[in-house]
Amino acid sequence: MPGGTAIAGIGATEFSKDSGRSELRLAVEAVTAALADAGLTAADVDGLVTFTMDGNAEIAVARELGLRELRFFGQVGYGGGAACGCVAHAAMAVAAGAADVVVCYRALNERSGRRFGQVTAGLAGVPTTAGVDNGWHYPMGLATPAAAVAMIARRYMHEYGATSEDFGRIAVAARRHAASNPRAWFYQRPVTLAEHQESRWIAEPLRLLDCCQESDGAVAIVVTSLDRARDLPRRPAVIAAAAQGSGPDQYIMTSYYRDDLAGLPEMGVVARQLWRQAGLGPADVRTAVLYDHFTPYVLLQLEELGFCARGEARGFIADGAVELGGRLPLNTHGGQLGEAYIHGMNGIAEAVRQVRGTSVNQVPGDGPVLVTAGTGVPTSALILS
Amino acid sequence: MAVVPGMSELTAPFWEAARAGRLVVQECQSCRQSWHPPLPRCPHCHAAGLGWRPVSGEGTVYTYTVVRHPTHHAFADEVPYVVALVALAEGPRLVTALLGVAPDEVRVGQPVRAVFRDVAAGVALPYFEPDAGRAAAQRGSLGGLWPAR
Repeated sequence: MPGGTAIAGIGATEFSKDSGRSELRLAVEAVTAALADAGLTAADVDGLVTFTMDGNAEIAVARELGLRELRFFGQVGYGGGAACGCVAHAAMAVAAGAADVVVCYRALNERSGRRFGQVTAGLAGVPTTAGVDNGWHYPMGLATPAAAVAMIARRYMHEYGATSEDFGRIAVAARRHAASNPRAWFYQRPVTLAEHQESRWIAEPLRLLDCCQESDGAVAIVVTSLDRARDLPRRPAVIAAAAQGSGPDQYIMTSYYRDDLAGLPEMGVVARQLWRQAGLGPADVRTAVLYDHFTPYVLLQLEELGFCARGEARGFIADGAVELGGRLPLNTHGGQLGEAYIHGMNGIAEAVRQVRGTSVNQVPGDGPVLVTAGTGVPTSALILS
Repeated sequence: MAVVPGMSELTAPFWEAARAGRLVVQECQSCRQSWHPPLPRCPHCHAAGLGWRPVSGEGTVYTYTVVRHPTHHAFADEVPYVVALVALAEGPRLVTALLGVAPDEVRVGQPVRAVFRDVAAGVALPYFEPDAGRAAAQRGSLGGLWPAR
């Protein structure tokens, strides 16, 4: 990405099922931790970016941090698709000179507070474009993210012969990696493919172990210029590429009216930009953090990002290829299946640790690290090096 | 209590037709393309002159999910139930739920036909059920291989 920007700090709260405190407090704790990690203080911050879904306005976080002025602030939309987009917006602001130090944050009590799977009937009737869109599927009982993804997963299975076991291999890899990550909710709790196959149906073809966790917690990411980052204590994670993407006939989780349902064209839009910006290709990537709210979309991402051809992800992931020691270890923190569901922001933190060489599941080498944001929605991704 | 769709200027004609037991999709009066869900302008030629055309109610299952884990009280007594994306014979697809079929017997490509059910005062939703006649014809043409995967 032109302009020379980097991630200089990462911070997080603990990941739990019941944080016992407000989302605002979680946000401030994560931002404070990220600034300490970067060797900066709140006085250095002049920009804040978060998700439109976040419950903590930039000005509320600024008040809590004691920031006197904010020169840049913004919110990125479309649920977890925002994660890398927040960093992209921050990097563009820094590159354009609009701000010097921008902190991206996401804080949620998704398990103890508002659970995304609990449909809100009113969402099908509100007079917004999203409300009208919801009116086409909520009343028919398509009421959860799992069910929305299951529809795409079934079509993908039909077209390419993928099986529930193929989806299960993603869960097994994530839980293996989480098992050695003390921050992970499923620390020391790996699963076998047989356990995946025995887990109950949620929305066929998705089983319980195909679905990510619901978590309480917060993560923050500090973005500044590469020049400034080089003067700070941590090794900079250079933002080699940052991109957003929306595809044809795009909906939120229900893009069911396109010609082809067994793909993620919005991630294809992102992928083309990433490789062009970074001057890299899939073969250069050392390890990747692919958004894993539901396992099938990890397979579709591998295809859209060009790690394998369409329909061939099931072969690509076979034989432990995406586990530690494999050809492309994925989600070395345990992903949202194993570590926590912080809407993709914890995946960005793991990508930074891989660049720094400080992951608990460090992948050897010095190649770039790819990280993606939410799938099934307008999305985003980064390449860090 | 059922979850009912909100009505807007854009969507009201669809739901009014459903209440009368008719399935309609939007159609461009310029290029004659049709689509669903409705849009304020034609996505093909961008004309603003749009109408609604009745469709046959015949379609096939394009994809589906069997919902086993209820989250909303409106659906808690319904599980397991089948949500499907049906490709209408005329081309457009719509999200619906299947009636009159066991979850384990649903297949991609299965012929289905629209039926309407009142779910609240003045609100009917389009459901689909297996189309036995077309399934039999399909069995014949496939030499008894139906249900094909």
